[in-house]
Amino acid sequence: MSLTSKQKATVKDFFSKMSTRSDDIGAEALSRLVAVYPQTKSYFSHWKDASPGSAPVRKHGITIMGGVYDAVGKIDDLKGGLLSLSELHAFMLRVDPVNFKLLAHCMLVCMSMIFPEEFTPQVHVAVDKFLAQLALALAEKYR
Amino acid sequence: MVEWTDSERAIINSIFSNLDYEEIGRKSLCRCLIVYPWTQRYFGGFGNLYNAETILCNPLIAAHGTKILHGLDRALKNMDDIKNTYAELSLLHSDKLHVDPDNFRLLADCLTVVIAAKMGPAFTVETQVAWQKFLSVVVSALGRQYH
Repeated sequence: MSLTSKQKATVKDFFSKMSTRSDDIGAEALSRLVAVYPQTKSYFSHWKDASPGSAPVRKHGITIMGGVYDAVGKIDDLKGGLLSLSELHAFMLRVDPVNFKLLAHCMLVCMSMIFPEEFTPQVHVAVDKFLAQLALALAEKYR
Repeated sequence: MVEWTDSERAIINSIFSNLDYEEIGRKSLCRCLIVYPWTQRYFGGFGNLYNAETILCNPLIAAHGTKILHGLDRALKNMDDIKNTYAELSLLHSDKLHVDPDNFRLLADCLTVVIAAKMGPAFTVETQVAWQKFLSVVVSALGRQYH
């Protein structure tokens, strides 16, 4: 399910529109992940407070969103471009890849909330595909 | 048995009491057919699904979206026994409609995205938690009678 060139353009365009709110979306998305899917907190046991809206959760959400934006810039070769991030996730973080889907869903919900007019079904499918490809690239080195 | 707090019941009831079934039903089903195009396999008799634009204008799809959303009313009225409330509907989807139950989750996710767009900031974290809990119970009940 690779992205067509039109969908790549759609993704770049939407992410550019979103850029003023990208920190909010990242922070909100991770907050919602740990709230809606509490099992994901298991990866954050080293934080004093892994509850939705807490400072470490918001900060980390912003970090993750930064990574996603970086990936947009590498949309033509996600596997190659995200090699070191994949190694990090495979050998150090070892996040079960099912969680990438859960976080992607939370990101889509936040995008929809903050940009209801722009987040059309056509934009939705392009972004969803992109996030799925991103997840695949992140899991590339897992085994 | 699923336990619901008073707050969760209030949130779910509030969402439904402000719901425009036609608008949200149509938007959710259309979004599902566009974002997950393989779901179109169940809509062979629904006319033109050629591309996003035709799907969004298709009156048969719009009507069916409304119907599906009204189907959720049953769960709302029987929140303490959603499992048994949907036993018959589950059998219908399994034996007559032959719908892969993973599709219930896909439609539920699209419904969540549409409601988030409608409610904006009012779709708080607490609201999303309650709403997704409700939908996951519905999805589970609908898949329960598959054999």
